[in-house]
Amino acid sequence: MDAEPKISVRGLNFFYGQHQALYDNNIDIAPRKVTAVIGPSGCGKSTHLRVYNRIFELYKDQRAEGKVLLDNGDIFSSEINILELRRKVGMIFQKPTPFPMSIFENVAYGIRLHYSLDKKEIARRVEEALKGAALWDEVKDILNKPGMALSGGQQQRLCVARAIAVEPEILLMDEPTSAIDPVATVKIEELIGTLKKKFTIVIVTHNMQQASRVSDYTAFFYKGKIVEFDKTRKIFTNPAQKKTEEYITGRFG
Amino acid sequence: MIKSNYNTRKRKFIDFTVKILSSLAAFIGIFFLLWILFTVFQRGFHALNTDFFTKLPTPPGLGGGGVINAITGTTIITLMATVIGVPIGVMTGVYLSEYGNKSKFGSIVRFTINLTIGVPSIVVGLFVYALIVIPTGSFSAWAGAIAQAIIMLPVVARTSEDMLNLVPNELREAALAIGMPKWLTILKIVFKSSKSGIITGVLLAVARVSGETAPLLFTVMNSQFWMKSLNEPIANLTVTIYNYAMSPFDDWRQIAWGASFLITMVVLLLNIIARIIVRETK
Repeated sequence: MDAEPKISVRGLNFFYGQHQALYDNNIDIAPRKVTAVIGPSGCGKSTHLRVYNRIFELYKDQRAEGKVLLDNGDIFSSEINILELRRKVGMIFQKPTPFPMSIFENVAYGIRLHYSLDKKEIARRVEEALKGAALWDEVKDILNKPGMALSGGQQQRLCVARAIAVEPEILLMDEPTSAIDPVATVKIEELIGTLKKKFTIVIVTHNMQQASRVSDYTAFFYKGKIVEFDKTRKIFTNPAQKKTEEYITGRFG
Repeated sequence: MIKSNYNTRKRKFIDFTVKILSSLAAFIGIFFLLWILFTVFQRGFHALNTDFFTKLPTPPGLGGGGVINAITGTTIITLMATVIGVPIGVMTGVYLSEYGNKSKFGSIVRFTINLTIGVPSIVVGLFVYALIVIPTGSFSAWAGAIAQAIIMLPVVARTSEDMLNLVPNELREAALAIGMPKWLTILKIVFKSSKSGIITGVLLAVARVSGETAPLLFTVMNSQFWMKSLNEPIANLTVTIYNYAMSPFDDWRQIAWGASFLITMVVLLLNIIARIIVRETK
């Protein structure tokens, strides 16, 4: 890895109550690259991702141990403002989750939350975010319609727009295409290619073709451990670990 | 082959019997309901005239007279109860769903609420009698409103919790994930998603208490006059029905039927509005 890592994870363990889900995870996420996280169901991919923006803290019985450094600052430090952390580290979920408000408000809400701007500037940023999410042309005439009125794929791009509107540095994507149709999936994948020029992207995916198409680096998770982490091409052509090879050749998972 | 035929016939027979029995049960249920509605309509409808809605009660035998004071009184008591009971109820629902979901205190609260829903309303009336009426030395609109609020509170709390629980966690996570604080997430996202369900629950709770008599008997009593303050017994429809229906005077009993019809219509209307809200959001 050439540049300073955007995120460094050191000795991360994770617990759901008594049950340990992650074991001593160590990984460096490269800036402005796409890092894919793959592995069989229940291996801890999503759990790992959900530590980066501390979203797991919504649930009282979930607990993380270890270090996660964002630009060399510990995200668990008491000096961290959690709202600011989550602005910097955006997240796209498996199911599209538009807020119960208009398309415009879906994007504008986060902007107003973090920045005091006049109406014109907010409208400009909403447009910019929707363009950034490749959705503007489809919604520019229906900005006042509810976000729920869009198709699944459009809703997911609305969620991308909402996330990038608050100017994050990192985008976490938790199986962003598993609930939408193939055509919409292609659009999201193309979008990832554009977004990585600006953002550091970590994407959890079940789909190995997707991982190989969109990512620069790939981490293979198995039973809560990071078995192998390398350039995507290396993982898919010449994996160092037997387990990785078995997984990518479809022998289990 | 023969055995299988036999089984088919037996199965069809049982199927038919169960269908008939359950239809019959449903018919009996609705039969009595319609009978009640019909009787209340038949006896009560022609009691509703201009006097009924505009005049104060008259002594028995004089005829005429109305229950404008009781209509006003019931409206005031129900509004007061709503203002007291609904915010506490909704906030309790928020606590249970959003904060104390799995905590020990949360489960104690939830258990207590389920228990309180089952407490007979006359017991609530007695409780408020001992708590407020005796110390203050007077029946009052306040005491009645508090008794009704106590009845509303657990109903509103439970429906609110249920409605808030229906909001998918993904939506909460999505809001938190763009850096929205938790209180704002609850206010702007979670509430907004469950708004119609909560409003429906509140309407049904209002409908329920507006028809309650027992909690008012020992708390507001009744009055033949216009109210002067909230610290005295005031007129209300349900206790008026209770007093007038028991009286030996035909004209009073007539008014009792009219008041019954009026309350039934209000409760029906609230239920219909609740249904419309539910349908609109679907």
